[in-house]
Amino acid sequence: MNLITVSGPPSSGKTSIIIKTINSLHQRDLKVGVVKFDCLYTDDDVLYEKIGVPVKKGLSGSLCPDHYFVSNIEEVVQWGVDLELDVLITESAGLCNRCSPYIKDVKAICVIDNLSGINTPKKIGPMLKSADIVIITKGDIVSQAEREVFASRVHSVNPKAITMHINGLTGQGAYELSTLLYDEGDNIDTVKGKKLRFSMPSALCSYCLGETRIGEDFQMGNVRKMDLGGKND
Amino acid sequence: MINYKDIENKTLSSIEKEYPFITSFYESNKLVVEENENTTLNEYFNSFTEEEIEEWAIDIDKIKEDMIIFINEMLSFLGVKEEVGVNSLTILPGQDKSGNKENFEELTINKSEIISIVGPTGSGKSRLLADIEWTANADTPTKRSILINGDIPDKKWRFSSSNKLVAQLSQNMNFVMDLTAREFIELHARSRMVEEEEEVIEKIIEAANHLAGEKFDLETPITSLSGGQSRALMIADTAILSTSPIVLIDEIENAGIDRKRALNLLVSEEKIVLMATHDPTLALMANKRIVIKNGGIHKVIETDEKERGILVQLDKLDAITSKLRAELRAGNSLNVEDIVL
Repeated sequence: MNLITVSGPPSSGKTSIIIKTINSLHQRDLKVGVVKFDCLYTDDDVLYEKIGVPVKKGLSGSLCPDHYFVSNIEEVVQWGVDLELDVLITESAGLCNRCSPYIKDVKAICVIDNLSGINTPKKIGPMLKSADIVIITKGDIVSQAEREVFASRVHSVNPKAITMHINGLTGQGAYELSTLLYDEGDNIDTVKGKKLRFSMPSALCSYCLGETRIGEDFQMGNVRKMDLGGKND
Repeated sequence: MINYKDIENKTLSSIEKEYPFITSFYESNKLVVEENENTTLNEYFNSFTEEEIEEWAIDIDKIKEDMIIFINEMLSFLGVKEEVGVNSLTILPGQDKSGNKENFEELTINKSEIISIVGPTGSGKSRLLADIEWTANADTPTKRSILINGDIPDKKWRFSSSNKLVAQLSQNMNFVMDLTAREFIELHARSRMVEEEEEVIEKIIEAANHLAGEKFDLETPITSLSGGQSRALMIADTAILSTSPIVLIDEIENAGIDRKRALNLLVSEEKIVLMATHDPTLALMANKRIVIKNGGIHKVIETDEKERGILVQLDKLDAITSKLRAELRAGNSLNVEDIVL
Protein backbone atom coordinates (compact mmCIF):
# COMPACT_ATOMS: atom_id res chain seq x y z
CA MET A 1 0.00 0.00 0.00
CA ASN A 2 1.16 3.56 -0.76
CA LEU A 3 0.70 6.09 2.02
CA ILE A 4 0.24 9.74 1.08
CA THR A 5 -0.02 12.56 3.60
CA VAL A 6 -1.92 15.64 2.51
CA SER A 7 -2.02 18.74 4.63
CA GLY A 8 -2.66 22.43 4.24
CA PRO A 9 -4.38 25.37 5.89
CA PRO A 10 -8.13 25.10 6.61
CA SER A 11 -10.37 25.68 3.58
CA SER A 12 -7.49 25.59 1.11
CA GLY A 13 -9.25 22.90 -0.92
CA LYS A 14 -7.65 19.68 0.34
CA THR A 15 -10.81 17.59 0.25
CA SER A 16 -11.86 18.77 -3.22
CA ILE A 17 -8.41 18.07 -4.61
CA ILE A 18 -8.29 14.61 -3.02
CA ILE A 19 -11.75 13.67 -4.27
CA LYS A 20 -10.99 14.77 -7.83
CA THR A 21 -7.68 12.92 -7.74
CA ILE A 22 -9.25 9.74 -6.36
CA ASN A 23 -11.63 9.73 -9.35
CA SER A 24 -8.57 9.44 -11.58
CA LEU A 25 -6.98 6.76 -9.38
CA HIS A 26 -10.22 4.77 -9.59
CA GLN A 27 -9.90 4.80 -13.39
CA ARG A 28 -6.71 2.83 -12.90
CA ASP A 29 -8.57 0.30 -10.72
CA LEU A 30 -6.67 1.32 -7.61
CA LYS A 31 -8.41 0.91 -4.27
CA VAL A 32 -8.14 4.12 -2.29
CA GLY A 33 -9.02 4.89 1.33
CA VAL A 34 -8.94 8.17 3.24
CA VAL A 35 -8.44 9.07 6.89
CA LYS A 36 -9.44 12.60 7.74
CA PHE A 37 -7.89 14.28 10.76
CA ASP A 38 -9.47 17.40 12.08
CA CYS A 39 -9.78 19.35 15.28
CA LEU A 40 -13.35 20.02 16.34
CA TYR A 41 -15.63 19.07 13.50
CA THR A 42 -15.68 17.66 10.03
CA ASP A 43 -18.30 16.22 7.75
CA ASP A 44 -15.92 15.61 4.88
CA ASP A 45 -16.21 11.88 5.58
CA VAL A 46 -19.70 12.05 4.04
CA LEU A 47 -18.20 13.47 0.84
CA TYR A 48 -15.74 10.60 0.63
CA GLU A 49 -18.46 8.03 1.32
CA LYS A 50 -20.47 9.50 -1.53
CA ILE A 51 -17.79 8.53 -4.02
CA GLY A 52 -17.49 5.08 -2.49
CA VAL A 53 -14.23 5.56 -0.67
CA PRO A 54 -13.66 3.79 2.67
CA VAL A 55 -13.11 6.59 5.17
CA LYS A 56 -12.36 7.09 8.87
CA LYS A 57 -12.26 10.37 10.71
CA GLY A 58 -10.39 11.39 13.83
CA LEU A 59 -11.09 14.51 15.83
CA SER A 60 -8.27 15.66 18.07
CA GLY A 61 -10.52 17.81 20.26
CA SER A 62 -8.43 19.55 22.89
CA LEU A 63 -5.16 17.96 21.78
CA CYS A 64 -2.68 19.36 19.28
CA PRO A 65 -3.98 17.89 15.99
CA ASP A 66 -0.54 16.89 14.78
CA HIS A 67 0.44 15.17 18.01
CA TYR A 68 -2.85 13.33 17.67
CA PHE A 69 -1.96 12.44 14.10
CA VAL A 70 1.41 10.97 14.91
CA SER A 71 0.03 9.00 17.87
CA ASN A 72 -2.49 7.32 15.59
CA ILE A 73 -0.80 6.98 12.24
CA GLU A 74 0.44 3.41 12.72
CA GLU A 75 -3.07 2.19 13.62
CA VAL A 76 -4.41 4.07 10.62
CA VAL A 77 -1.90 2.34 8.37
CA GLN A 78 -2.95 -1.05 9.76
CA TRP A 79 -6.59 -0.19 9.02
CA GLY A 80 -5.60 0.46 5.41
CA VAL A 81 -3.55 -2.71 5.18
CA ASP A 82 -6.50 -4.76 6.51
CA LEU A 83 -8.74 -3.29 3.81
CA GLU A 84 -6.11 -4.20 1.21
CA LEU A 85 -5.96 -0.63 -0.07
CA ASP A 86 -3.56 0.30 -2.85
CA VAL A 87 -3.42 3.91 -1.72
CA LEU A 88 -4.16 5.37 1.71
CA ILE A 89 -4.46 9.14 1.89
CA THR A 90 -4.39 11.01 5.18
CA GLU A 91 -5.80 14.50 5.21
CA SER A 92 -5.03 16.94 8.00
CA ALA A 93 -5.32 20.68 8.51
CA GLY A 94 -2.19 22.55 9.52
CA LEU A 95 -3.70 24.77 12.12
CA CYS A 96 -0.74 26.61 13.59
CA ASN A 97 1.52 26.98 10.53
CA ARG A 98 4.38 25.54 12.54
CA CYS A 99 3.80 21.85 12.27
CA SER A 100 3.63 19.25 9.57
CA PRO A 101 2.65 15.63 9.76
CA TYR A 102 5.09 14.51 7.05
CA ILE A 103 7.03 11.30 7.46
CA LYS A 104 10.40 10.54 5.90
CA ASP A 105 10.04 8.41 2.74
CA VAL A 106 6.26 8.91 2.64
CA LYS A 107 4.93 11.19 -0.09
CA ALA A 108 3.96 14.58 1.34
CA ILE A 109 1.58 17.00 -0.36
CA CYS A 110 0.81 20.52 0.79
CA VAL A 111 -2.31 22.30 -0.50
CA ILE A 112 -2.29 26.07 -0.33
CA ASP A 113 -4.55 28.62 -1.99
CA ASN A 114 -3.96 31.79 -3.97
CA LEU A 115 -6.40 33.75 -1.84
CA SER A 116 -4.31 33.32 1.29
CA GLY A 117 -2.07 36.22 0.30
CA ILE A 118 1.41 36.41 -1.16
CA ASN A 119 3.16 36.49 2.20
CA THR A 120 1.63 33.22 3.28
CA PRO A 121 4.35 31.00 1.84
CA LYS A 122 6.81 32.76 4.12
CA LYS A 123 4.60 32.26 7.17
CA ILE A 124 4.07 28.54 6.80
CA GLY A 125 6.78 26.36 8.26
CA PRO A 126 7.74 22.76 7.52
CA MET A 127 4.23 21.96 6.25
CA LEU A 128 5.08 23.86 3.06
CA LYS A 129 8.86 23.82 3.11
CA SER A 130 9.32 20.08 3.43
CA ALA A 131 6.50 18.94 1.11
CA ASP A 132 7.33 16.93 -2.03
CA ILE A 133 4.44 18.35 -4.02
CA VAL A 134 2.82 21.74 -3.52
CA ILE A 135 -0.68 22.15 -4.93
CA ILE A 136 -1.87 25.72 -5.47
CA THR A 137 -5.64 26.12 -5.64
CA LYS A 138 -8.22 28.83 -6.41
CA GLY A 139 -6.21 30.07 -9.38
CA ASP A 140 -9.43 30.60 -11.31
CA ILE A 141 -10.44 33.64 -9.27
CA VAL A 142 -7.25 35.68 -9.01
CA SER A 143 -5.33 37.44 -11.76
CA GLN A 144 -2.58 35.80 -13.76
CA ALA A 145 -0.02 38.14 -12.18
CA GLU A 146 -1.03 37.18 -8.65
CA ARG A 147 -0.86 33.51 -9.59
CA GLU A 148 2.65 33.96 -10.95
CA VAL A 149 3.87 35.96 -7.96
CA PHE A 150 2.37 33.47 -5.53
CA ALA A 151 3.96 30.51 -7.31
CA SER A 152 7.34 32.21 -7.31
CA ARG A 153 7.06 32.85 -3.56
CA VAL A 154 6.25 29.18 -2.99
CA HIS A 155 9.18 28.27 -5.17
CA SER A 156 11.59 30.39 -3.16
CA VAL A 157 10.74 28.62 0.12
CA ASN A 158 10.64 25.14 -1.39
CA PRO A 159 12.51 25.02 -4.71
CA LYS A 160 12.73 21.25 -4.63
CA ALA A 161 9.01 20.58 -4.64
CA ILE A 162 6.91 20.01 -7.73
CA THR A 163 4.46 22.91 -7.84
CA MET A 164 1.13 22.33 -9.56
CA HIS A 165 -2.00 24.40 -10.07
CA ILE A 166 -5.23 22.49 -9.61
CA ASN A 167 -8.78 23.75 -9.84
CA GLY A 168 -10.74 21.99 -7.09
CA LEU A 169 -14.06 22.82 -8.72
CA THR A 170 -13.48 21.59 -12.25
CA GLY A 171 -10.74 19.14 -11.33
CA GLN A 172 -8.42 20.62 -13.94
CA GLY A 173 -4.97 19.31 -13.04
CA ALA A 174 -6.19 16.51 -10.76
CA TYR A 175 -5.61 13.81 -13.35
CA GLU A 176 -2.05 15.06 -13.72
CA LEU A 177 -1.53 14.90 -9.96
CA SER A 178 -2.84 11.34 -9.90
CA THR A 179 -0.08 10.24 -12.26
CA LEU A 180 2.48 11.21 -9.63
CA LEU A 181 0.84 9.34 -6.79
CA TYR A 182 1.04 5.61 -7.08
CA ASP A 183 4.27 3.68 -7.36
CA GLU A 184 4.59 -0.01 -6.51
CA GLY A 185 8.09 0.67 -5.28
CA ASP A 186 6.67 2.89 -2.53
CA ASN A 187 4.56 0.16 -0.93
CA ILE A 188 4.70 -0.09 2.84
CA ASP A 189 2.90 -2.21 5.42
CA THR A 190 3.87 -0.26 8.51
CA VAL A 191 5.28 3.12 9.53
CA LYS A 192 6.74 1.76 12.75
CA GLY A 193 10.34 2.89 13.03
CA LYS A 194 9.91 5.65 10.47
CA LYS A 195 10.58 9.22 11.50
CA LEU A 196 8.80 12.52 11.14
CA ARG A 197 10.47 14.92 8.73
CA PHE A 198 10.37 17.58 11.39
CA SER A 199 9.81 17.73 15.13
CA MET A 200 6.39 18.93 16.18
CA PRO A 201 5.85 22.07 18.23
CA SER A 202 6.30 21.25 21.86
CA ALA A 203 4.41 22.72 24.74
CA LEU A 204 3.58 21.64 28.18
CA CYS A 205 2.26 24.44 30.32
CA SER A 206 -0.62 24.74 32.70
CA TYR A 207 -2.94 25.79 29.86
CA CYS A 208 -2.22 22.55 28.02
CA LEU A 209 -3.64 20.83 31.06
CA GLY A 210 -6.88 22.74 31.19
CA GLU A 211 -6.05 25.86 33.19
CA THR A 212 -8.40 28.74 32.32
CA ARG A 213 -7.43 31.43 34.81
CA ILE A 214 -5.23 34.30 33.61
CA GLY A 215 -2.24 35.69 35.50
CA GLU A 216 1.31 34.76 36.37
CA ASP A 217 0.23 32.79 39.42
CA PHE A 218 -1.42 30.21 37.21
CA GLN A 219 1.34 29.81 34.63
CA MET A 220 3.56 26.80 35.08
CA GLY A 221 5.84 24.70 32.94
CA ASN A 222 6.97 25.71 29.46
CA VAL A 223 5.94 29.39 29.52
CA ARG A 224 7.50 32.16 27.51
CA LYS A 225 6.98 35.90 27.78
CA MET A 226 6.82 38.37 24.91
CA ASP A 227 9.43 41.07 24.88
CA LEU A 228 7.43 44.29 24.82
CA GLY A 229 10.43 46.51 25.48
CA GLY A 230 10.54 49.32 28.02
CA LYS A 231 10.25 48.45 31.67
CA ASN A 232 9.85 44.75 31.10
CA ASP A 233 13.48 44.51 29.97
CA MET B 1 25.83 24.17 -12.00
CA ILE B 2 27.27 24.86 -8.58
CA ASN B 3 27.25 22.72 -5.47
CA TYR B 4 27.38 23.54 -1.77
CA LYS B 5 31.16 23.19 -1.57
CA ASP B 6 31.50 26.06 -4.03
CA ILE B 7 29.86 28.57 -1.73
CA GLU B 8 30.25 27.27 1.81
CA ASN B 9 33.31 29.41 2.54
CA LYS B 10 32.04 32.54 0.85
CA THR B 11 30.59 35.36 2.90
CA LEU B 12 26.90 36.13 2.73
CA SER B 13 27.57 39.45 1.05
CA SER B 14 29.89 38.00 -1.56
CA ILE B 15 27.29 35.36 -2.38
CA GLU B 16 24.79 38.16 -2.76
CA LYS B 17 27.16 40.02 -5.05
CA GLU B 18 27.68 36.98 -7.21
CA TYR B 19 24.02 35.89 -7.28
CA PRO B 20 21.92 39.04 -6.80
CA PHE B 21 18.69 37.05 -7.04
CA ILE B 22 19.55 35.26 -3.79
CA THR B 23 18.08 38.14 -1.76
CA SER B 24 14.57 36.81 -2.35
CA PHE B 25 15.70 33.41 -1.07
CA TYR B 26 17.35 34.99 1.99
CA GLU B 27 14.22 36.94 2.66
CA SER B 28 11.69 34.15 2.15
CA ASN B 29 13.65 31.83 4.39
CA LYS B 30 14.32 34.50 6.99
CA LEU B 31 18.09 34.34 6.64
CA VAL B 32 19.36 37.63 8.02
CA VAL B 33 22.22 39.18 6.10
CA GLU B 34 22.46 42.37 8.11
CA GLU B 35 25.32 42.22 10.59
CA ASN B 36 26.36 38.90 9.07
CA GLU B 37 27.78 40.33 5.84
CA ASN B 38 31.25 39.00 6.52
CA THR B 39 30.21 35.66 7.93
CA THR B 40 30.77 32.71 5.66
CA LEU B 41 27.79 30.61 4.77
CA ASN B 42 29.08 27.69 6.83
CA GLU B 43 29.75 29.88 9.86
CA TYR B 44 26.33 31.39 9.49
CA PHE B 45 24.50 28.06 9.42
CA ASN B 46 26.60 26.77 12.31
CA SER B 47 25.71 29.83 14.37
CA PHE B 48 22.12 28.67 14.86
CA THR B 49 21.65 27.22 18.32
CA GLU B 50 19.75 24.01 18.92
CA GLU B 51 17.05 26.15 20.50
CA GLU B 52 16.70 28.50 17.55
CA ILE B 53 16.47 25.58 15.16
CA GLU B 54 13.65 24.07 17.20
CA GLU B 55 11.99 27.40 17.86
CA TRP B 56 11.81 28.70 14.30
CA ALA B 57 11.43 25.30 12.66
CA ILE B 58 14.61 25.61 10.64
CA ASP B 59 15.96 22.60 8.80
CA ILE B 60 19.56 23.55 8.01
CA ASP B 61 20.24 20.63 5.67
CA LYS B 62 17.08 21.31 3.75
CA ILE B 63 17.89 25.02 3.44
CA LYS B 64 21.38 24.23 2.15
CA GLU B 65 19.96 21.84 -0.39
CA ASP B 66 17.20 24.28 -1.40
CA MET B 67 19.64 27.13 -1.73
CA ILE B 68 21.75 25.21 -4.22
CA ILE B 69 18.70 24.12 -6.22
CA PHE B 70 17.44 27.70 -6.18
CA ILE B 71 20.73 29.16 -7.42
CA ASN B 72 21.13 26.55 -10.13
CA GLU B 73 17.58 26.99 -11.35
CA MET B 74 17.94 30.74 -11.40
CA LEU B 75 21.19 30.50 -13.31
CA SER B 76 19.63 28.28 -15.92
CA PHE B 77 16.48 30.40 -16.00
CA LEU B 78 18.51 33.55 -16.60
CA GLY B 79 20.58 31.69 -19.17
CA VAL B 80 17.63 30.53 -21.26
CA LYS B 81 16.20 33.96 -21.88
CA GLU B 82 17.55 33.96 -25.40
CA GLU B 83 16.46 30.41 -26.06
CA VAL B 84 14.08 29.80 -28.94
CA GLY B 85 10.56 30.42 -27.68
CA VAL B 86 7.36 28.64 -28.49
CA ASN B 87 6.58 29.27 -32.15
CA SER B 88 3.84 26.76 -32.64
CA LEU B 89 1.57 24.41 -30.78
CA THR B 90 0.25 21.27 -32.43
CA ILE B 91 -2.64 19.15 -31.21
CA LEU B 92 -2.73 15.54 -32.42
CA PRO B 93 -6.09 13.77 -32.15
CA GLY B 94 -7.11 11.45 -29.36
CA GLN B 95 -10.60 10.26 -28.57
CA ASP B 96 -13.89 11.57 -27.23
CA LYS B 97 -15.71 10.33 -24.11
CA SER B 98 -17.13 7.35 -26.01
CA GLY B 99 -13.73 6.31 -27.34
CA ASN B 100 -14.27 7.52 -30.93
CA LYS B 101 -11.28 9.05 -32.68
CA GLU B 102 -11.41 12.82 -32.83
CA ASN B 103 -12.55 14.30 -36.10
CA PHE B 104 -9.39 16.09 -37.28
CA GLU B 105 -5.93 15.09 -38.40
CA GLU B 106 -3.61 17.62 -36.89
CA LEU B 107 -4.12 21.18 -35.71
CA THR B 108 -1.16 23.54 -35.63
CA ILE B 109 -1.50 26.97 -34.07
CA ASN B 110 1.28 29.48 -34.69
CA LYS B 111 2.22 32.37 -32.48
CA SER B 112 0.11 35.48 -33.01
CA GLU B 113 -2.80 33.29 -34.06
CA ILE B 114 -6.17 33.27 -32.34
CA ILE B 115 -8.25 30.13 -31.99
CA SER B 116 -11.71 30.13 -30.48
CA ILE B 117 -13.18 27.14 -28.69
CA VAL B 118 -16.93 26.57 -28.70
CA GLY B 119 -19.12 23.90 -27.15
CA PRO B 120 -21.61 23.57 -24.31
CA THR B 121 -20.55 23.57 -20.64
CA GLY B 122 -19.11 20.22 -19.69
CA SER B 123 -18.26 19.31 -23.27
CA GLY B 124 -14.55 19.10 -22.54
CA LYS B 125 -13.10 22.58 -22.92
CA SER B 126 -11.26 22.40 -19.58
CA ARG B 127 -9.86 19.01 -20.50
CA LEU B 128 -8.47 20.39 -23.76
CA LEU B 129 -6.79 23.19 -21.89
CA ALA B 130 -5.45 20.78 -19.27
CA ASP B 131 -3.99 18.63 -22.05
CA ILE B 132 -2.17 21.66 -23.43
CA GLU B 133 -0.95 22.78 -20.01
CA TRP B 134 0.33 19.29 -19.22
CA THR B 135 1.77 18.86 -22.73
CA ALA B 136 -0.11 15.58 -23.00
CA ASN B 137 1.70 12.76 -24.72
CA ALA B 138 -1.13 10.28 -25.29
CA ASP B 139 -1.03 9.83 -21.51
CA THR B 140 -4.22 11.64 -20.46
CA PRO B 141 -7.83 10.36 -20.62
CA THR B 142 -8.30 11.92 -24.09
CA LYS B 143 -5.11 10.30 -25.45
CA ARG B 144 -4.27 13.55 -27.23
CA SER B 145 -0.69 14.57 -27.91
CA ILE B 146 0.69 18.08 -27.81
CA LEU B 147 3.74 19.12 -29.79
CA ILE B 148 5.70 22.33 -29.30
CA ASN B 149 7.53 23.66 -32.36
CA GLY B 150 6.63 20.36 -34.01
CA ASP B 151 8.40 18.18 -31.45
CA ILE B 152 7.52 16.24 -28.33
CA PRO B 153 8.03 18.89 -25.67
CA ASP B 154 10.53 19.02 -22.86
CA LYS B 155 9.11 17.82 -19.52
CA LYS B 156 10.07 21.18 -17.98
CA TRP B 157 6.69 22.53 -19.06
CA ARG B 158 5.00 20.10 -16.70
CA PHE B 159 6.88 20.77 -13.52
CA SER B 160 8.68 24.07 -13.62
CA SER B 161 6.95 26.77 -11.64
CA SER B 162 8.59 29.63 -13.53
CA ASN B 163 8.01 28.21 -16.98
CA LYS B 164 4.29 27.63 -17.21
CA LEU B 165 3.05 27.10 -20.73
CA VAL B 166 -0.40 28.60 -20.28
CA ALA B 167 -1.54 31.86 -18.74
CA GLN B 168 -5.24 32.21 -18.03
CA LEU B 169 -7.66 35.08 -18.11
CA SER B 170 -11.25 34.59 -17.09
CA GLN B 171 -14.32 36.57 -16.18
CA ASN B 172 -14.24 35.35 -12.57
CA MET B 173 -10.78 36.67 -11.87
CA ASN B 174 -10.29 39.47 -9.41
CA PHE B 175 -7.44 41.29 -7.82
CA VAL B 176 -7.14 40.22 -4.20
CA MET B 177 -4.07 42.21 -3.21
CA ASP B 178 -4.47 45.62 -1.68
CA LEU B 179 -1.95 47.53 -3.79
CA THR B 180 -1.86 50.42 -6.23
CA ALA B 181 -1.53 49.61 -9.91
CA ARG B 182 2.15 50.62 -9.76
CA GLU B 183 2.95 48.44 -6.74
CA PHE B 184 1.10 45.58 -8.33
CA ILE B 185 3.04 45.66 -11.60
CA GLU B 186 6.29 46.23 -9.70
CA LEU B 187 5.68 43.12 -7.64
CA HIS B 188 5.03 41.06 -10.73
CA ALA B 189 8.06 42.50 -12.52
CA ARG B 190 10.32 41.71 -9.55
CA SER B 191 9.13 38.15 -9.31
CA ARG B 192 10.21 37.83 -12.93
CA MET B 193 13.46 39.72 -12.30
CA VAL B 194 12.77 42.19 -15.09
CA GLU B 195 15.59 44.66 -15.52
CA GLU B 196 13.90 47.71 -17.03
CA GLU B 197 11.23 47.89 -14.36
CA GLU B 198 10.14 51.50 -14.86
CA GLU B 199 9.90 51.07 -18.62
CA VAL B 200 7.76 47.95 -18.29
CA ILE B 201 5.44 49.62 -15.79
CA GLU B 202 4.89 52.56 -18.15
CA LYS B 203 4.30 50.23 -21.06
CA ILE B 204 1.70 48.19 -19.19
CA ILE B 205 -0.27 51.14 -17.85
CA GLU B 206 -0.29 52.73 -21.28
CA ALA B 207 -1.49 49.52 -22.90
CA ALA B 208 -4.13 49.03 -20.20
CA ASN B 209 -5.45 52.55 -20.70
CA HIS B 210 -5.55 51.98 -24.43
CA LEU B 211 -7.92 49.05 -23.76
CA ALA B 212 -10.02 50.49 -20.95
CA GLY B 213 -13.08 52.64 -21.58
CA GLU B 214 -12.21 54.87 -18.64
CA LYS B 215 -8.61 55.84 -17.97
CA PHE B 216 -6.87 55.23 -14.67
CA ASP B 217 -3.40 56.02 -13.34
CA LEU B 218 -0.64 54.16 -11.57
CA GLU B 219 -1.66 55.37 -8.14
CA THR B 220 -5.16 53.86 -8.35
CA PRO B 221 -5.63 50.95 -5.94
CA ILE B 222 -6.28 47.86 -8.05
CA THR B 223 -9.22 46.81 -5.90
CA SER B 224 -11.07 50.01 -6.80
CA LEU B 225 -10.74 49.58 -10.57
CA SER B 226 -13.97 48.99 -12.50
CA GLY B 227 -14.60 45.62 -14.12
CA GLY B 228 -13.43 46.88 -17.50
CA GLN B 229 -10.32 48.55 -16.06
CA SER B 230 -9.40 45.41 -14.10
CA ARG B 231 -9.78 43.30 -17.20
CA ALA B 232 -7.69 45.80 -19.18
CA LEU B 233 -4.89 45.77 -16.61
CA MET B 234 -4.94 41.96 -16.38
CA ILE B 235 -4.74 41.59 -20.14
CA ALA B 236 -1.99 44.20 -20.55
CA ASP B 237 0.00 42.65 -17.71
CA THR B 238 -0.42 39.12 -19.09
CA ALA B 239 0.54 40.22 -22.60
CA ILE B 240 3.66 42.11 -21.54
CA LEU B 241 4.88 40.52 -18.33
CA SER B 242 3.75 36.89 -18.27
CA THR B 243 6.34 34.32 -19.37
CA SER B 244 3.69 31.97 -20.66
CA PRO B 245 3.64 31.81 -24.47
CA ILE B 246 0.03 30.62 -24.61
CA VAL B 247 -2.88 32.62 -23.24
CA LEU B 248 -6.25 31.07 -22.59
CA ILE B 249 -9.17 33.44 -22.38
CA ASP B 250 -12.52 32.47 -20.95
CA GLU B 251 -14.85 35.09 -22.49
CA ILE B 252 -14.24 38.83 -22.34
CA GLU B 253 -17.40 40.66 -21.39
CA ASN B 254 -18.28 43.45 -23.74
CA ALA B 255 -18.21 46.26 -21.18
CA GLY B 256 -15.66 48.93 -20.46
CA ILE B 257 -12.98 47.32 -22.57
CA ASP B 258 -12.07 47.35 -26.24
CA ARG B 259 -11.91 43.64 -26.98
CA LYS B 260 -10.47 43.98 -30.44
CA ARG B 261 -7.55 45.99 -29.11
CA ALA B 262 -7.13 43.48 -26.28
CA LEU B 263 -6.73 40.61 -28.72
CA ASN B 264 -4.46 42.70 -30.94
CA LEU B 265 -2.23 43.46 -27.97
CA LEU B 266 -1.84 39.77 -27.13
CA VAL B 267 -1.16 38.92 -30.75
CA SER B 268 1.38 41.71 -31.11
CA GLU B 269 3.26 40.32 -28.10
CA GLU B 270 3.54 37.04 -30.04
CA LYS B 271 1.20 35.02 -27.86
CA ILE B 272 -0.76 32.02 -29.01
CA VAL B 273 -4.32 32.86 -28.03
CA LEU B 274 -7.01 30.28 -27.25
CA MET B 275 -10.36 31.69 -26.40
CA ALA B 276 -13.45 29.94 -25.06
CA THR B 277 -16.32 32.13 -26.19
CA HIS B 278 -19.84 32.13 -27.54
CA ASP B 279 -19.72 35.79 -28.43
CA PRO B 280 -19.96 36.09 -32.22
CA THR B 281 -17.65 39.11 -32.42
CA LEU B 282 -14.85 37.35 -30.57
CA ALA B 283 -15.39 34.02 -32.31
CA LEU B 284 -15.16 35.67 -35.72
CA MET B 285 -11.94 37.46 -34.83
CA ALA B 286 -10.31 34.06 -34.45
CA ASN B 287 -8.48 32.47 -37.37
CA LYS B 288 -10.10 29.11 -36.64
CA ARG B 289 -12.56 27.71 -34.19
CA ILE B 290 -12.58 24.37 -32.50
CA VAL B 291 -15.97 22.76 -31.90
CA ILE B 292 -15.99 20.44 -28.90
CA LYS B 293 -18.59 17.74 -28.45
CA ASN B 294 -18.75 14.80 -26.05
CA GLY B 295 -15.22 15.42 -24.77
CA GLY B 296 -13.60 15.41 -28.20
CA ILE B 297 -12.77 17.88 -30.95
CA HIS B 298 -15.68 17.45 -33.32
CA LYS B 299 -14.75 19.98 -36.00
CA VAL B 300 -12.22 22.66 -36.81
CA ILE B 301 -13.80 25.51 -38.76
CA GLU B 302 -11.70 28.10 -40.54
CA THR B 303 -13.16 31.60 -40.39
CA ASP B 304 -13.73 32.50 -44.05
CA GLU B 305 -14.31 35.84 -45.71
CA LYS B 306 -18.05 35.30 -45.80
CA GLU B 307 -18.26 34.76 -42.07
CA ARG B 308 -15.91 37.60 -41.44
CA GLY B 309 -18.28 39.87 -43.33
CA ILE B 310 -20.69 39.52 -40.43
CA LEU B 311 -18.13 41.30 -38.29
CA VAL B 312 -18.84 44.57 -40.08
CA GLN B 313 -22.48 44.39 -39.00
CA LEU B 314 -21.54 43.35 -35.49
CA ASP B 315 -19.11 46.25 -35.23
CA LYS B 316 -21.95 48.63 -36.02
CA LEU B 317 -24.06 47.08 -33.25
CA ASP B 318 -21.12 47.34 -30.86
CA ALA B 319 -20.56 50.96 -31.78
CA ILE B 320 -24.18 51.77 -30.97
CA THR B 321 -24.03 50.07 -27.59
CA SER B 322 -20.73 51.77 -26.79
CA LYS B 323 -22.13 55.15 -27.71
CA LEU B 324 -25.22 54.63 -25.54
CA ARG B 325 -23.01 53.54 -22.69
CA ALA B 326 -20.85 56.65 -23.02
CA GLU B 327 -23.96 58.83 -23.00
CA LEU B 328 -25.21 57.15 -19.85
CA ARG B 329 -21.86 57.62 -18.16
CA ALA B 330 -21.88 61.30 -19.08
CA GLY B 331 -25.34 61.68 -17.54
CA ASN B 332 -27.18 62.43 -20.80
CA SER B 333 -30.58 61.25 -22.00
CA LEU B 334 -30.64 58.58 -24.68
CA ASN B 335 -32.21 59.18 -28.09
CA VAL B 336 -33.82 56.58 -30.28
CA GLU B 337 -32.24 58.41 -33.27
CA ASP B 338 -28.83 57.23 -32.04
CA ILE B 339 -29.73 53.70 -33.08
CA VAL B 340 -28.96 53.61 -36.79
CA LEU B 341 -27.86 50.37 -38.35
